[in-house]
Amino acid sequence: MLRAIPFGWLLAFVAVPCLLLLVIAFAALAEGVPPFAWGSLSLEALITLTEDGFYLAAFLRSLRVAFITAALCLALAFPMALALARAPARWQPVLVLAVLLPFWTGFLLRMAAWVGLLRDQGWLNGVLLALGVIEEPLPLLYSSGAMLLGMVHAYLPFAVLPLYATLLRLDRGLEEAAADLGAGRFTVFRTITLPLAAPGAAAAFLLVFIPAAGEYVVPEMLGPPEAQLVGRAVWGAFFQDRDWPLACLLAVLLLAVLVLPIRLFQRLETRP
Amino acid sequence: MSVLLALEGVSKRFGATLALDGLSLAMERGEFVALLGGSGSGKSTLLRVIAGFEAPEAGRVLLDGADQAGVPPQARPCAMVFQNYALFPHLSVFDNVAYGLRREGLPKLDIAARVGQALAMVGLEAMAGRRPHQLSGGQRQRVALVRALVKRPPLVLLDEPLGALDAGLREATGQELRALQRATGSAFVMVTHDQAEALALADRVAVLEAGRLVQCAPPQELYESPATRFVAGFLGGANVLEGVAGTDGLLHCPAAGCTLRLTTLVPPGSRAAVALRAERITLSAEGELPPENAATGVLRGVTYQGAGWLCTVALAGGQTLRVQVPADRAVPPPGVPVLLEWPVAANILLAE
Repeated sequence: MLRAIPFGWLLAFVAVPCLLLLVIAFAALAEGVPPFAWGSLSLEALITLTEDGFYLAAFLRSLRVAFITAALCLALAFPMALALARAPARWQPVLVLAVLLPFWTGFLLRMAAWVGLLRDQGWLNGVLLALGVIEEPLPLLYSSGAMLLGMVHAYLPFAVLPLYATLLRLDRGLEEAAADLGAGRFTVFRTITLPLAAPGAAAAFLLVFIPAAGEYVVPEMLGPPEAQLVGRAVWGAFFQDRDWPLACLLAVLLLAVLVLPIRLFQRLETRP
Repeated sequence: MSVLLALEGVSKRFGATLALDGLSLAMERGEFVALLGGSGSGKSTLLRVIAGFEAPEAGRVLLDGADQAGVPPQARPCAMVFQNYALFPHLSVFDNVAYGLRREGLPKLDIAARVGQALAMVGLEAMAGRRPHQLSGGQRQRVALVRALVKRPPLVLLDEPLGALDAGLREATGQELRALQRATGSAFVMVTHDQAEALALADRVAVLEAGRLVQCAPPQELYESPATRFVAGFLGGANVLEGVAGTDGLLHCPAAGCTLRLTTLVPPGSRAAVALRAERITLSAEGELPPENAATGVLRGVTYQGAGWLCTVALAGGQTLRVQVPADRAVPPPGVPVLLEWPVAANILLAE
């Protein structure tokens, strides 16, 4: 009975919606609401997807942006997590709280704040103009840089926490043993700390990569309008073109692409 | 022989507690010294100070005559065997042992040869490709030992090296440790809380109490003539009798209700304490009380210990003595009056 609850939940909110997506993805377009014909079978969406390079490009762009975001987060999170794990024990709860502090503000608000900072009449351009560093406002907003900045800002805590947990468990005696055997500080880090933290680093990377691949809000608010990501492409197909089969196919495909990293993450998490 | 390690008035404080209190000790090349003490005696801290993981607040650590102040662990000519072994879990047995040699930048072939040789020394050649978690406790202990020895350091520091092993494995591994020490010629400093281990393995035993060195002597000397009440109690749990010295070379002990003959001269009228080992006392059910080195009492408890019985006897003066009776002798039932006797040589005058 108890086991039936999660099973029923997964059935109702994961399996059935996925099945619906698949059914719609291979249905024929039709006039009306909803804009497709129930029970019809058509490969039109699949043909559009393979023939129109736009969607494949959006896919690859999304994976690339997710990869860069995850890599940047990992690079920033490692020193942060190390500092956290090596801080005096009584300070650690406070510092962990500081890492989680951004979550106390709404996600949209935080992204809107970046708009206020980066736009042509924004704070940053205002300060630079006032100081006379620049004469024209810099086109900071709606660029790849602004988008990555927002992505890293949004996902950094997800990378810090698994790394912190891993580094906290690391036996400091191993680093002492390495030093005792003649290893300098950098060598100890390279040969002992880093390899032992690798599972945590992989978990941190995937925990950022997986949600970042489907991110819609950040690229929409801060990113360049011409280089669309897959999340935006799904939205466009759904709301602008009213092509539900194509939107559904894109969504299913994104899920399929992310199954592999999700499985990888699960294996890392369940490892002893 | 020359002095390898010299500690001069080393002190170390952790917060409010003084872990090491002006400790001085010197040891020679190739010597095996055991640091013996209870928990909190500072023995592990001393090892960490020698290895360079802790800096002493006062005093000097000299290795080969060179002051080690400010020298990091990786630059000190010593290697440590950690209490939990601290084997690198992500590296094979071979790579664990090779770790120190790689840091020296030795050629690959030399490293392989030396690691192979070292593993052969402890019979672990077949395990070279395994990870630490695939080894038994005894095998892990030997890998940790060999990882330290393969660098051929003049000084090896061992923190309770036998502590994590089963009782059955401990004695054999201890003998192996001693044989390896002789074979390599490295000096060993071994921290232990097990007096039998210290007496069996070491050339000299240094007894630590509250961060201070109480006595450092060869095992036999330490056992037979402990300098203080603490050493006498810590090693073999000796009885301590207190009394006032008379003019006739006798010590009158009111709490024990007996008179002891002293082998060392003590000024008449002064207070003195004597250690008396449980196994030196003879217990009998009846007989005439000799004038000295004997006492009467009532047998209180008898504990069987395999090799014999440990009896507690309440003396006429109120004090309780521990008496060891060999297994081949009969022990009277508790509650019976008994006679205790011991030779003059069993009276060990304590310095304090």
